[in-house]
Order: sequence, then C-alpha cells, then structure tokens
Amino acid sequence: MLLPIKWLKEYVNIDDIDSKVLADKLTLSGSHVESIISLDRGIENVVVGKIEKIEKHNNADNLLIIMVDIGDEVLQIVTGAKNLKEGDYVPVALIGAKLPNGMHIDKTNFRGVDSFGMLCSLKELDYNDNVIPKYQRDGIFVLDKEYPLGTNIEEVLGLYGEIIEFEITPNRPDCLNIIGMARETAATFNREVKLPEIKIDNEVEDINNYIESIEVDRELCNRYYARLIKDVEIKESPLWLQTRLMEAGVRPINNMVDITNYVMLELGEPLHAFDLDKLRNNKIVVRRAKDGEKIITIDNVTRELTNSNLLITDGENPIGIAGVMGGLDSEITDDTTTVLIEGANFNDRSIRLTSKELNLRTEASSRFEKGIDPNLSEIAAERVCQLVEQIGAGKVVKGKIDIYENVREEKVIEARPEKVNGLLGSNFTIDEMVGYLERLGLSTSVVDNRLNVIIPTYRLDLEIEADLIEEIGRIHGFHNIAAQPLEGVLTRGVKSYDKIVADEAKIALQGMGLNEVMTYSFISPKAYDKIKVEDDNELRNYIELMNPLGEDYSVMRTTLIPNMLELLGRNYNYGVKECFAYEIGNVFIPKQLPLRELPSEKQRLSIGAYGHIDFYDIKEVVEIIFERLGIKDLEFLPEKDNPTFHPNRTAAIIRNGKRYGILGEIHPDVIENYEIGTRVYVADLNFDSIVKNTNLERKYKPLPKYPSIVRDIAVVVDRDVLVGDLQKIIIKNSRDLIEDVKLFDVYTGDQISEGKKSIAFSITYRSHDRTLKDDEVNDIQEKIILELKNTFDAELRA
Amino acid sequence: MKDKLMQIKKEAISDINSVNDLKGLENIRVKYLGKKGKLTLVLREMGKLSKEERPVMGKFANEIRQEIEKKLADTRDDFKEKLKQERIEREKIDITISKNTRRLGHRHPLLSTIEELENLFISMGFSVIDGPEIETVENNFDALNSPENHPSRDLSDTFYITDDILLRTQTSPVQIRTMKEFGAPLRMVSPGRTFRFDDVDDTHSPMFHQLEGLVVDENITLGHLKYTIDVFVKELFGQDMETRFRPHYFPFTEPSAEVDVSCFSCGGEGCSACNGTGWSMELLGCGMVHPKVLANCGIDPEKYSGFAFGMGIDRITMVKHGINDIRLLFENDNRFLEQF
Repeated sequence: MLLPIKWLKEYVNIDDIDSKVLADKLTLSGSHVESIISLDRGIENVVVGKIEKIEKHNNADNLLIIMVDIGDEVLQIVTGAKNLKEGDYVPVALIGAKLPNGMHIDKTNFRGVDSFGMLCSLKELDYNDNVIPKYQRDGIFVLDKEYPLGTNIEEVLGLYGEIIEFEITPNRPDCLNIIGMARETAATFNREVKLPEIKIDNEVEDINNYIESIEVDRELCNRYYARLIKDVEIKESPLWLQTRLMEAGVRPINNMVDITNYVMLELGEPLHAFDLDKLRNNKIVVRRAKDGEKIITIDNVTRELTNSNLLITDGENPIGIAGVMGGLDSEITDDTTTVLIEGANFNDRSIRLTSKELNLRTEASSRFEKGIDPNLSEIAAERVCQLVEQIGAGKVVKGKIDIYENVREEKVIEARPEKVNGLLGSNFTIDEMVGYLERLGLSTSVVDNRLNVIIPTYRLDLEIEADLIEEIGRIHGFHNIAAQPLEGVLTRGVKSYDKIVADEAKIALQGMGLNEVMTYSFISPKAYDKIKVEDDNELRNYIELMNPLGEDYSVMRTTLIPNMLELLGRNYNYGVKECFAYEIGNVFIPKQLPLRELPSEKQRLSIGAYGHIDFYDIKEVVEIIFERLGIKDLEFLPEKDNPTFHPNRTAAIIRNGKRYGILGEIHPDVIENYEIGTRVYVADLNFDSIVKNTNLERKYKPLPKYPSIVRDIAVVVDRDVLVGDLQKIIIKNSRDLIEDVKLFDVYTGDQISEGKKSIAFSITYRSHDRTLKDDEVNDIQEKIILELKNTFDAELRA
Repeated sequence: MKDKLMQIKKEAISDINSVNDLKGLENIRVKYLGKKGKLTLVLREMGKLSKEERPVMGKFANEIRQEIEKKLADTRDDFKEKLKQERIEREKIDITISKNTRRLGHRHPLLSTIEELENLFISMGFSVIDGPEIETVENNFDALNSPENHPSRDLSDTFYITDDILLRTQTSPVQIRTMKEFGAPLRMVSPGRTFRFDDVDDTHSPMFHQLEGLVVDENITLGHLKYTIDVFVKELFGQDMETRFRPHYFPFTEPSAEVDVSCFSCGGEGCSACNGTGWSMELLGCGMVHPKVLANCGIDPEKYSGFAFGMGIDRITMVKHGINDIRLLFENDNRFLEQF
C-alpha cells in the first residue's frame, strides 16, 4: 500500500512530524513500513513552456523545430515528438538541466539546426511505465492547462515529499486506503482525523427516470447502491488528480474512471462506472452466472463462467463480473454521456473463488476478497458524485437506488481491565485504557468496572476481548511494555530419548570423520528405478503430493538411499576426492494408499562414502556406532539379492534375528545411474530400532587381576569360508576364558593351494579368578582346531 | 707413602682430564681404583706401617680415593649431558609439516544451529518435542484459527497429499499436539522441517526449517514473552543485540507481534542491508496464544494464558555464518560442509 504523505496530510495534521519519525512510529503501532520513497528525483532546470510555433526540419523528415516560450525567452528546440500542437504547455529541460536518469542537457545541433534544450516525456521525468497514462505514453508530456511560463516542473507535478510503502496485515483491509491510514496516524500521534465532508450542490432530474429496477442475489451481494451522472464529458482528469493516482501506483484513464479509482484509494471501496446507454434494458440484475455463460471483460478477454460466479447484467446480457472486472461492452468510452456509479458490497468468499477460478486478480477483487464494510458503498458512491461535480465531469442526477438488507451495525465488545493488564503484563489505569481506545475512534464507556467498547462498522477485525487488548497494547506500544522473567514452578527442560541417542551417534560419527548432511523429504519417483528397486517392493508404496513443484520433488521418500547417492554424485562431479557422510532423517510409510490417515514417519540413518574407503571402513563405522550405543552381538550376513547393492560385497545387519539394516558396496549399475566413476559404499539403518535397543548406561567392571595368555591359530580353509563363522567356533569353545579374538592375517598366494586361504587369529585368554595354566589353554586350542577341522575342513598351518 | 698417594692422585686427575669418552673414563677407574689398581695396591701396603701411622695414613688415603671418585663421577655426568645435548641436536625436525591423516567430521550448520537453540531453550526450562512432517489440515490450519479462505491454504502455497492431509507449512501444529496431549502448564520448543510451495532460488526453498516455542501457564503475559525473546536473541547473536516488537497479525495469536533485531550488518547504525532502518526485519513472529486456540486444545482460556513464537532457522543459520544462498544448505557440497 502506497501512502503519499501529501495526501495523508489532508486528513490529519502532521505538519510538525518528520517523515522518518512518522514511518518509525507507524511501524511500532502496527503499520509496517517497508520503504520510504522520495518524490524528489533530483530534477533541475526543467520548466513549463508554451509551444509558439512548430516548423518542419528541412534536412530531416522525422524532426520538428519548435519555438517554445519559457517566460523570459523563446527557445528553439528540435524534437522528434509527434504529439505536439501550437499552444501546448510542456516541460522544457533547459541547457544545463539535470534529469532523473542522470542526463544533462547541452546545446546540440540536429542536422544543421541548433537545439537549446529538450522537451520531456513523463518517462524522462521518472514516472513508471505502469502508471503513465496511455495518452501520454508516446511523446512529450502535454500539461492539462495553462501554467505560468517558467514555473518549475517539480512544482507543477508536486514532486516533493515522500511516499511511504506499507505492508498491511490481512486482518486490516480497512487500512488499505488513505482514510484508514489517516485513522492509524491520528491514533498513533493522538491527533484528530478530518474526514472529507461529502456534499453535492446541484442535482438534476431523477434516477428513476433512467433506471427501471435493480434486483440482486441477496446471498452474494449484500448491498447495491447506485447513483447516476448525466451529460458526462469524458476527457483527461485535471493534473492534480492524475498525479495523485500515479503517486499511489494507479494509471490515469479518463476523468470518470479516475474519480472512481481516486475514491477507492481514498476510502477503500472499489466502485464501477457503467455506460448506461450501452445497457439493453434500463435495469440492473445481479445474479449467478449460468454454467458456460461468457463475457468479454475490459481487458478484451472472453471469459467462461460458472454458477459460482456473480454477474452484473442488464437483465439480459452480462455487463460485468461482480467485484472483479467490468465488461467491455459497457465500458466508459470517449462517447459516454450517462454513467451509472455502482457502490456495491459483494460476498468476499465468492469474489475470492471467482478471482481464483478465472485466474484474474484485480485491485477490486483483492479488496473485496479481504472484506469491506457495506456501509462504505453509499459513502463512496456519494463521494464520487461530489468529485464529478467538483471537476465538472458531468451532472449528478438526483436520487439513488439502494438495495441493502443485512445492515451492518456497530457492536459492543466488553473488556475487563484486569484481563487487559493480565495479558499485557502492564499496569494501565482504566482511564489510560479508555484513552488508547478512544484514540482509535473506539468510543468506550465504563460500566461496573468493565470497558464497553463500541466498534465502528469498518473495523471488521475486532471481535473479542483479546482483540481490544491488542489495540490498547499497540497504541501504548509493545516496545514500551516491560519485559518480565518467567515465574512459577521451576521446570526442567528435557530432550526426547530419540534426540539423546541421535546426539551420541552424531558424536561418534563426527569423531570418525563423517560429515552430516541434510536432504529433502520429497524425491523423484524415478529414484526408485535409478536404485533398481523391484516393481513389487514395498519401498515403492510411496505417498504422492497432489501439487508437487515438479517430478523431482513429487513423492515422500521411503528410503534415504537415493538422496545419499545423489549428493555423493554431485560431490564426485564437483571433483571432491573423498566423501564420507551421514544423514539421520525421516521416511514416510503409508498405512494405506491413498492416504486416509497420517502415515508412519520412521527415522533412518544413512551413511555413504567414496574415495579411499572400502567395505571394511564403512562396516567399522557401523560397528563403532553400535558399540557406542551399547548394542552388542551384531551379526553381519551376506546379502546377495538386494538389487541396489553389489551381490558379493553386501551384508545384512542382524541382531537376535532382527534386521537393523544393510551395508555394502553399491551395485555397478546403480553407480552408473548416478554418474559416479568410483566405488560407492552405503549403509542404511533403522534408527528407530537402534534407539529402542540403545543402552547408554556403563557399569564398571574390575580391572583384570590375573595375567593373560596370548595364542595364535592359523588355518587354511576354502576361500568361501567366512571369517565370522570361524570366529563363532572359537567363541563357542571359549569356556568364558577368551577375552579377545583378533584376526591378524588373511593370506592367499605362495604356499597356499588354489581356492584356499590362510586365516590367522590371535586369541587372548584370561580368567577373572585365577592364573590360567598352559594345559587349560592348550586344551581349548585343541578343541577349537578340532571343530574348525570338522566343520570347515580347516588345516592347521605350521 | 704420603708422597706416593699424592703422586697417584695427581696422575689420576691428569688422566681423567685427558680422556674424552665414557669408556676411557671406566679404564681410568679400573687403573686406579680397580682390584689391581694403583691406589688399591698402595693401600695393601698399609699393613707395613706402624700402629700410630696407620690411622693417619688410612684417613689420608681414603680422602684421596674419594677425591678421585668424585672427579670420575663429575666427569661422567658431564659426558652424559654432552651426549644428551648432541642427541637433542640431532633430533631436530621440521615442525611446519602437517600430517593430515586424522580428521573430524563436520556438523551441518543448520542442524548445529537447531542443536544450539534446543540447548538454549532447555536451559530455560523448555522441553524439546518433535512433530510429524506430514500433518492434518486440522492441526496445521483449523485448530490454529486460520481463516477458512486464508490464501496460505491454497494449492499455490501449501503442498497437499489429500484434501485433509498436507506437508506442514509451519511447526505450529506441534503446539496443538502438545497442548492436546499434555494440557497446561507447558513450556516447549519444537524444531523441524516445514514446507511451502516456493520455487528454489537463493532465498527460497520448498523445504525449510522452523522452531516453534510455546509457554502456557496461569498469568503468562506479553512481558514474559518479551523477556524470553530478549534472552534468546542475546544468547544467540550477542549481548549487545536489541529487539524491537512490532504489532503484527497471526491467526493463532492475539495480540501478535513480529520481532526485529539490530541489523546484522551494521548493528543498528543503519546501512544498505537494513534499508537504513538499523533493524533486521521479521526475525521471528510471536504473540499471546489466541483464546480460541487454547479452547480448541481443551485448555480453559479464562484460567490459562500463553505465548508462542516461531522463527525461521534457515535464515538464522545464514545470518550467523554469512551464507548468502539458501540452496547451499541443501546441496551438501563437501567443500561447503567442511567450513563448519
């Protein structure tokens, strides 16, 4: 919302207040200032001149030689403009002038003719294309009337002072106009608002001579207020009116339309002007459109309507889409002589829906959809009539037609002073509270120690006591309310166990050099093909978004693996040599599809790596995390049939028969799909199960008192025999005397026959209650060797 | 005999002074003090002396022996010290070389900001509570008093899964869940992922993060809210940061405010980053919980009041670290991550 301060000053006396102070204080009372735009564009030496003579340039078909009177002299200026005639008043940039675009004007020579200055367009005076009237667009800016020659153009155009741009919150549509902001300003600075006094001096004939009847759909149109103007002469508005509109960001069109726009900016009510002579019947019928009914709107687009759209018709044909845009057929043109002024109040929801359905948002629709006080219809239409009379755009016809059923009346809201202070933490007296409310124009009386506050009809936002508390608080200033420490029972803040476990895991992961990553919760459905998930795999039961931003973000992930591979691929392509990363994040598992209830959100931990890393590195990371979280007795079993992973380099992670996840090298096909030119390792773990089985308690065990005995065993077995299975046999025979089994060598090659490998363990024996004897250890060693031989045909290696 | 002893001492000292290693020193010890050493041999002749001479000469001989021993020990210490010094000199290394084999992983800057915020609020007695990313329209909008035709509900603003289920657009639904589950009194914060229909650019991301805070108790006031926010801002950004509460509108709080903090670039002087205002705008939104929202969650608004606040963590993270493009937070470029 753009608020020219000059305009504001017509309704509230703030001459003594600097614009910066004005902006700051309004911000603190709730009208957030986004920017302050200065109207001073640094124009120098541009003055009003009158065109005395226009001659053709002898050596250039496109140029004219203009003699222009600037008061104390007549200048010769060469121009290419085509819109000029003798007698026009125009802005003349003199030699030495400065224009807003940084241009300096010097004496020039156009094909042998000297030019002592330049005539300016509105664009050259720094008006935005959006607001320059069509009739001023292609040429020199021609002033609307005579001005003293030599007058500074800034004075003529009012290029001084500032415009404040506000961000108005959606609950305050009543502030989207000059009067609304005048009320806020008055409340903020404790001043009076001077509303425009609306009166029309001369009225002729009777509206009923022109209009037979008005019928409206009562459900979608709460009020329809019509006035009539005759003997209209359509032309440009006076310059003061045009510059007002342009400053507020609205393009001048013609006097009739400009007046309705002016009143909309001033009061907030969108109005419409119809050319009465274009109506086939002298009546107005406001009804729902028929499905498929068509109308050409003033932007020359044919629009097809539905039954949910409200139409203004002449009883037969549509003449406008209510509250959104008028029809082309009944538009005001240069030939218009009789105008119907519509001040109406349409249902906000209906306008919103229509605007959405038609994908057509206009100044009018955006105001109606936020809600407008129906009492404003009359005030605004009357104000239009007043301005018509004031600028002589036509004659106001006597009488009005007003269809208004549910009259909006002032209501009373009660506020309890103790509740006001209780919620704000303030110590206001009742008088102070009344004072703040009255400043906002909310008349307040005190009955039985209660504030009875009368709510004007334009304050659509005030409904309950808390709303009034906010009004008192903001006029006093939230910034003036003292901060107070929280009191009451001392509470202890806690973290969920999930988070505590995640923190522990993250410390371990960080210590091992893994970087934490974070990826989107939605992925592309194509990701499931890229990681080669089978068609019938339940991972493909993903939840789809109704309105995704694109396929890449269209389904809720059921696995973290694609995101991990994608980011590894990205890093690989950036030339990053090594990556070791983890993410703890949610996957989304529907209970049914399509979704009828919220899905399960399950936490997973994914780890991914490439670089100087192999299977055993990522496995070690997983083992250390489990160890850190006190989860023991993990088993790693070969996993051959997961299509995402390498069939011979992948393990399922099992504990007590329960699966915790998978880890391994990514299948070469999948790596290719992600355009990674090196081996990639991934672990994908069920973090919820990890949390459930985490044990962070640590109990002290006495340090060993008796010495240990270390023995090695080296055996030759078939190459396919798993070290883990050999270890299991060693542990099985331990009689609780084995403290540690370490694999220290795996060897194939010389001295080992084809298809075999040599495996060497170092076994530490220790008893907690005695010094072990060699015999005892030898006995266990023999048992182990025997069982290894029986089970795996293991040969002891000398 | 006395002369003989004096002569031995003189010879021994001279010998000691002329050697330059430990081995030579040992040879000298044997030469004079060994079983067949010069001094030992002289002492063996003591028996030949008279009864009167013997103690006198014995004492004298012993003194000579001690002197030689001391000279030997001192010289040995000198040699050892010299050897140690030589070794230390030899062991000189180039300490400018770095090994670069061990490395610590890096926390994601946004997630460590969340952790920092969590710990800060925990220390103020708030509990950390998580909520689901996929939410009901009821929790995300209706129960939060969001008007039925509010534009934020549009398909152009919110990701929907069905007409009743969506990706939460804010962490505020966790307020609803927590109040419904635990009632009053309550102090909680809830950080997490949130989603809005925004195309990706340097300041927008369809997924971003918020942290929601809620306090419900008897006699909770706007003053308490201001204090809590002040403490939080000062702890997070520095003790000299100021806050400014501006009235604003949110459907689920009344009164509502937005909080600006001293400009991160100029600290409040006014610069181009803050449009000359001295304030960094809209760091967080807050207000007193709307009585309808309390009632929706089964809490009596006549007995209890509360305040709520919510902030964008992505922006806070970016401000803290001087990150100028939100996409960096989600790209997971190692070269970015390893800066934190």
